[in-house]
Amino acid sequence: MASVTQKGRFGKYGGRYVPETLIPALDELEQEYERYRQDRLFQEELAYYLQRYCGRPTPLYFAERLTDMLGGARIYLKREDLLHTGAHKINNTMGQVLLAQRMGKGRVIAETGAGQHGVATATAAAMFGLACDVYMGAEDMVRQELNVFRMRLLGARVIPVESGSRTLKDAINEALRDWVTNVRTTFYVIGSVVGPHPYPSMVRDFQSVIGREVRTQSTAEIERLPDYLVACVGGGSNAMGLFYPFKDDPEVKMVGVEAGGLGVSTGHHAATLVAGTPGVLHGAFSYLLQDGAGQISSTHSVSAGLDYPGVGPEHSYFKETGRAKYVAVSDRDALQGFRLLSQTEGIIPALEPAHAIAYLRTLVPTLSRDHVVVVGLSGRGDKDVQHVSRIVQSSNEALSSP
Amino acid sequence: MSRIAATFDRLRGEHRQALVPFVVAGDPDLATTGQAVGALARAGADMIELGVPFSDPVADGPINQRAYQRALAGGVTVRDVIELVGQARPAVPVVLLSYYNPIVQYGVGRFCADAARHGVDGVVIPDLPADEADELVAAARPVGLDTIFLLAPTSTDTRIRVVAGRSSGFIYGVSVTGVTGVRDRLPEEIRELVGRIKKLTRLPVCVGFGVSTPDQARRVAEIADGVIVGSALVALLEQPGDKVARLEQFVRELRKAIDAVGARGAGPS
Repeated sequence: MASVTQKGRFGKYGGRYVPETLIPALDELEQEYERYRQDRLFQEELAYYLQRYCGRPTPLYFAERLTDMLGGARIYLKREDLLHTGAHKINNTMGQVLLAQRMGKGRVIAETGAGQHGVATATAAAMFGLACDVYMGAEDMVRQELNVFRMRLLGARVIPVESGSRTLKDAINEALRDWVTNVRTTFYVIGSVVGPHPYPSMVRDFQSVIGREVRTQSTAEIERLPDYLVACVGGGSNAMGLFYPFKDDPEVKMVGVEAGGLGVSTGHHAATLVAGTPGVLHGAFSYLLQDGAGQISSTHSVSAGLDYPGVGPEHSYFKETGRAKYVAVSDRDALQGFRLLSQTEGIIPALEPAHAIAYLRTLVPTLSRDHVVVVGLSGRGDKDVQHVSRIVQSSNEALSSP
Repeated sequence: MSRIAATFDRLRGEHRQALVPFVVAGDPDLATTGQAVGALARAGADMIELGVPFSDPVADGPINQRAYQRALAGGVTVRDVIELVGQARPAVPVVLLSYYNPIVQYGVGRFCADAARHGVDGVVIPDLPADEADELVAAARPVGLDTIFLLAPTSTDTRIRVVAGRSSGFIYGVSVTGVTGVRDRLPEEIRELVGRIKKLTRLPVCVGFGVSTPDQARRVAEIADGVIVGSALVALLEQPGDKVARLEQFVRELRKAIDAVGARGAGPS
């Protein structure tokens, strides 16, 4: 019997740790994905929608005032925030929903944390005419109520998840339970480079359009590849999409920025690669935030999109091999990054990439103007404005109280 | 021969089917589980399946999820569950059901050795498919711990062969495409699945997920070698009052219903 143990492994990370009920569906998905990956018509149709519907290619923008202010390397922003629905998530959902349609599935389900992946899935489902149910933690529904309304406008059903910590982790649990139950008719659109094989590879491939464009654009703009790539990491799809096309270019350094929450030493954070240990969650062997007995920890981040105790297995592999470096940025610093980009460049970033922006204050001043840093600006901040204004208000009140 | 294999041998000779009740260890506390184990054996269980609590049980419905949460609130760990079995040492075989991560963190090799030493007879891991289980099987075989893998209505014949090749003791047939829970009726497809499994392996097949009433247990016993009842028992532990007495009474009813099948069942082949 042929061993399939090495299927979907990045070094020792990855694999398929799911209930047996799902194995035939994952086998089918793997075969169909392999087929359509090499299918010219499928790829042309996807490219068409990414260009005409989503707005690709996105600009690589030289952030001149931010560069001057931080006084070091030149900073370029990869403007995924300008995409339809406001974040990089649509790159993946267009691919997966198109695949679901080709596979004859009438219904898609998704999990969502910040709501961006839910909105992107609901959007693609509306466009391709498929039914869509989105699982969202009840806690996140409060934090991101605007996105809940957007999903409903788009015709999706948003199902509140009341179990566990009522955030992204629990939404994935509930989506997996739905998929186990309705696997014959339903396609599960996973929103990041996480989950059982083939999801981490498939989502990476759909998101790699980001890095491929950056290669072309930086070659045109600076006549070489960038020195650094910086991107935030929750599950890690925007970072992997940016990093992957450069993985064999050792001169390009990569930094993934995780959510440091109230500080990694406080235990209230979501810095999985910085502070976690390997284990099995949501179908893959990868770094996790967990206790010594293997129970998954609850996480904290100001950003719902990074508030997740796991991370994509290929990031674990990049950490282990040293191909990428991972750091953590606190809530407080991320909020400063949010403000910094808004005020220097007139771009309000989502709280997720605000973590990457904040890290520039550490990285950029150590480099000279000959160096080029490309930051993945994975989404825009409209969804966060209300949330940030509440935080600012309550911290002002805290400051003014005796 | 393992205690589990011997149990099925004996049942085959008696033309009976196995009754395998499931409860979550530490729900609501370890002392209650200790009493429950004794009560289940007295009431006629042929094997006892104990759940190791986990924070993210994706194969489980709300009833078992709540039970895991109650056990976790008491801080119950893999080690506690293994030690509980060591103290209880029931006369019937014990199977632990655990998600994979608590075992990975305990150490797969150490888990198998410690579990076997404390009298655990087999292990079921709902999120570990047979083809990801090299390490587990390699550690379990030398210490005599049976590895029980699951098959579902979606399983192809290829999957049945992979799972049968890695399984010992028995095969766990999942009655529905879905999670654990209490159900009004069982789908017809379970008969088809058991039939396909039986064509490809001589291992006994026990069926679980959704078996909730004595009548359903009887109907499962007509087609399979054993009946696993979980959520319906776990639900009894959620109610106030004498939980263990209620559990024992209900398992007696299940036993009676299954024994009414006897030699009429397709049963052990």
